[in-house]
Amino acid sequence: MKADNKIIIVEPSYLLSSGLAHCFDDSQNLTVTVQLDSVERLHEKLNINNPDILIINPLLLLYSDVVSLRQIIHDFPDLICMALVSSYVERNVLKQYKDVIELNDGKQKVISKIYALLNDSCSNAAQTESIELSNRETDVLVAIAKGLTNKEISEQLFISVHTVITHRKNIIKKTGIKSVSGLTVYALLNNLIDESEVNK
Amino acid sequence: MKNVFSENMKMADLVCHNSKLLSVLSRFEINLGFGDHSIEEVCKMYNVDTQFFLLICNVYCDEDFTPHYEDLKCVNIDSMIKYLHISHNYYLHERLPHIEEHFNRIIEACPSKYAIPLKRFFDEYKNEVATHFEYEETVVFPYLKALENKTSDILGYNIGEFKGTHSSIIEDNLNDLLNILVKYLPADVFPKERIEISMDIIELSADIVSHAMIEDRILIPFVEHLELNNDESR
Repeated sequence: MKADNKIIIVEPSYLLSSGLAHCFDDSQNLTVTVQLDSVERLHEKLNINNPDILIINPLLLLYSDVVSLRQIIHDFPDLICMALVSSYVERNVLKQYKDVIELNDGKQKVISKIYALLNDSCSNAAQTESIELSNRETDVLVAIAKGLTNKEISEQLFISVHTVITHRKNIIKKTGIKSVSGLTVYALLNNLIDESEVNK
Repeated sequence: MKNVFSENMKMADLVCHNSKLLSVLSRFEINLGFGDHSIEEVCKMYNVDTQFFLLICNVYCDEDFTPHYEDLKCVNIDSMIKYLHISHNYYLHERLPHIEEHFNRIIEACPSKYAIPLKRFFDEYKNEVATHFEYEETVVFPYLKALENKTSDILGYNIGEFKGTHSSIIEDNLNDLLNILVKYLPADVFPKERIEISMDIIELSADIVSHAMIEDRILIPFVEHLELNNDESR
């Protein structure tokens, strides 16, 4: 996580906006750099200030014809967008945000939600670098391609089912392939298994 | 509520600016050649409810668009089912066979040890799509009709069962297929045809995502309201 993370708050209510900003007063690595009460100049401010986190009342973007969340995510892919919810908002709308800050969240809760997202985005950046399957992952992939279940794989490789599942997740992330039949094709194409080994 | 499209727009402008809506037109059985007629006029000509048509177009084109219950009042079960049914047929009997035809040519050019699992992968995928659509056609649609007519055979089913289970497998496997074509098949196997089929798959994927959105944002909320009303009137 970076030493200093800039936050921009967009909320029409002065009380809410300044109350939220107050949460970060004695936080070392979170600083509120901009507070807006509408989205009119949001895009411009994002460009100039280049903040790490956007905390916004989702209704502002929902009813705006100046700017949409989709556009913001597109133009600023590294920006973490969070919703500040003070009235009822459809679940489908909230789903598009990384996380939601609610009125009754305490100071610690607000900060820990933000930290979780910041840590997430760091580890994501680190993980995408390694794309080669590790030896163990290759073993698991071969077993999957042969049609073995998680339990069978765990017995064969002397690892726990939980570990098998972790390997599976990494294999999916690295190869971009989710289905068993797709992974079988992948294993064959990369000469990891022989045709005769594939469970017919 | 942000309504992107309105009934007074020219139909030609609508589809020229949003080419993915061309496939929506065919699902409403609206033919091209509408000159300068407005959306409302063309819908009337083809006996299509204008508001329902606009609702579908808006959801189809704007992933941020979540209709409110007010917007769903124009939904009519029969036209909803008809629309989804034609969509299913289009995927199952037009797009997939088209992709399969190309894919088979690619498979034939591959060494046989790749050909068999590739073929199996595609067949499994096709079966999954067919099974999913069949479930909608034989379970979900009859349920909707029963719900509308308030007949007694609706007991024991709830649209919640349909929620969440649908379509993600279809999207995932299409994505697998794309990855295999783009990343993993040897580079010299039918390079030109592979680009073509990859574009087809991307287009189909996007279309299926929009299709799922129509089910999530129109069909399911609409049916949930019907279920609620039925419970209250019982």
